Amino acid sequence: MLQTMAINRTMTTTSAAIDAEIDRILAAHAGREGPLLPILHDIQAALGYVPEGAIPAIAEALNISRAEVHGVISFYHDFHTAPATRPVIKLCRAESCQARGVEALAAGLVDETRVSIETVYCLGLCSVGPNAMIGETLHARLDTAKLSALVEQVA
Amino acid sequence: MSVTVRISDDALALACGADAVAAAFAQAGCTVERVSSWGMHWLEPLAEIDGQGFGPLTPADVAAVLAGTSALGIGRIEAHPFIARQQRFTFVRAGKTRPLSLDDYAATGGWAGLARARDLGGEATIAEVTQSGLRGRGGAGFPAGIKWTTVAKAADPRKYIVCNADEGDSATFADRMVMEGDPFMLIEGMAIAGLAVGAQQGYVYIRSEYPHAIAKMQAAARLAAAIIAPFSVEVRVGAGAYVCGEETSLLNSLEGKRGEVRAKPPLPALEGLFGKPTVVNNVLTLAAVPWILAHGASRYAAVGFGRSRGTMPIQIAGNVRHGGLFEVGFGITLGELVMDIGGGTASGRPVRAVQVGGPLGAYHTPEEFHLAFDYETFAAADGLIGHAGLSVFDDTADMSALARFAMSFCAAESCGKCTPCRIGSTRGVEVLDRIRARSGRQVDAVETLPQMHNARKAARSLTDDIGLLEDLCETMKFGSLCALGGFTPYPVLSALRNFPEDFGLPAPAQEAAE
Repeated sequence: MLQTMAINRTMTTTSAAIDAEIDRILAAHAGREGPLLPILHDIQAALGYVPEGAIPAIAEALNISRAEVHGVISFYHDFHTAPATRPVIKLCRAESCQARGVEALAAGLVDETRVSIETVYCLGLCSVGPNAMIGETLHARLDTAKLSALVEQVA
Repeated sequence: MSVTVRISDDALALACGADAVAAAFAQAGCTVERVSSWGMHWLEPLAEIDGQGFGPLTPADVAAVLAGTSALGIGRIEAHPFIARQQRFTFVRAGKTRPLSLDDYAATGGWAGLARARDLGGEATIAEVTQSGLRGRGGAGFPAGIKWTTVAKAADPRKYIVCNADEGDSATFADRMVMEGDPFMLIEGMAIAGLAVGAQQGYVYIRSEYPHAIAKMQAAARLAAAIIAPFSVEVRVGAGAYVCGEETSLLNSLEGKRGEVRAKPPLPALEGLFGKPTVVNNVLTLAAVPWILAHGASRYAAVGFGRSRGTMPIQIAGNVRHGGLFEVGFGITLGELVMDIGGGTASGRPVRAVQVGGPLGAYHTPEEFHLAFDYETFAAADGLIGHAGLSVFDDTADMSALARFAMSFCAAESCGKCTPCRIGSTRGVEVLDRIRARSGRQVDAVETLPQMHNARKAARSLTDDIGLLEDLCETMKFGSLCALGGFTPYPVLSALRNFPEDFGLPAPAQEAAE
């Protein structure tokens, strides 16, 4: 399924399955106040990303311009317009984790090519850092060994 | 009868491995209750058996705990100095109740505030909040009662209560702990606010980095729907934009727009969400309200310091031995928090700097440990208490790197609406890179063109670059629309002022502190 979606993205139109999913999500949010972010979250949860091809349908359903939808998608760090190619580890690089040595930890990972290490600013576990999140699972008190084990686990 | 073991299901406990410890206790035949966190983070996963605490545990420690031979016992949890020294109003249930149990909530005084507000009516409820002296806990410290009065007086049939749960500051986790540990209290606070100002609809805007808080709040809103009716609460999820913690940008985000900051006026209290009168309050502000209504404004106002009344849930984090949540009346000193309660650094090295108030807060030195925790005292010391997070750094911290980080964070998170923040932060990173390299800057090709009448023709030295950085900070501070651009100069300039040797300048004479 993920394979198909990756291929679809390179075409100008999305597959019927993706269209149907987007229509279903749009229908589920009909009549809500300020529905755009919830819609984008749901699309991303269902497909792993927000396909370019979804923009016209969203714009029409909400009676806003495609530019506005694009503007919102591109504003927020969370929304991706392409599927992730590698498993993602979100590593907190904010001040408290810096104070607990995350930069040295991250520097040891520069050659990592099997996972993508994304930066996140704060997971709210600032007294037990360095911290990371994989999917919705949190990991605290990371050191080089623990982080390497996580990389092995998801890669 | 089997032993009852209480273990937190707070995100921090989970991150430290609480689920595996809970499973090990269950396997050993114990009844496991998942409760909120006490806030003693260095001890998580912490297990409580008959009031006695054991932590930090791994599954391998379980057998020894049950056999009574574990060396990880800390004695009675409530007698632990970290807990005993606190004055818990907002976190009164922390560690004691199951977060999503309506029975636990009602049995520990839950809904008493809402019941009293219903008896009092809107006007008297606002009067109570005003008298309590409660100020906005998000950072700005604006009196909650005044904000509520403005919304209450606005003549519009549709009004909103918006709870700002976009807790993005590093070193802060109190909002998360309220939502994960005592979600009904926040919902009760929102319902009281709704009743007070005449709003029917509430939104909780939670950052997407908090999946556990989102799940708990969604469940709690469902469970409490009948109790708070006709008021209703809906959870909305952010999308990874730090700036959405700014109230007007949060409102735009809720409306489904880019999270760009709005110019004020109009105030959100008059034209907020969808142009309607809106109370926007931080989680901790709204969570303090049920206690105030249940126990009376005067009991809340009796605690505190100067114009900062009541308690503040202070979050001690970073390189600190005893990190966690410490709720106490305003007025405690920075040094007590870091050294006595926090126990100094986790690395055992001397404390070099403490950032107070998140990424937009100033870096303070141990010479400033006498400062009392209070909005006005910190403002007078060129700092802020913000959301009351402390990030402790040991003597290995590179302060010019942290100043650069502050600028790069601002560049990454700027909404782009105003120029000082959007452009200034990027220029700030560049200037700081030159300062860190001690490189100065040569005149470039464009500057030497004859048309560039006003461009400087001489090379810039390190001192010139520092002057430029100070100028830039001045522009950002006074020219930015919101606190992101406006307060980024606090960490930058405080690092420069307090640690000039990290910027290639001579170290300050040692008496400079007072």
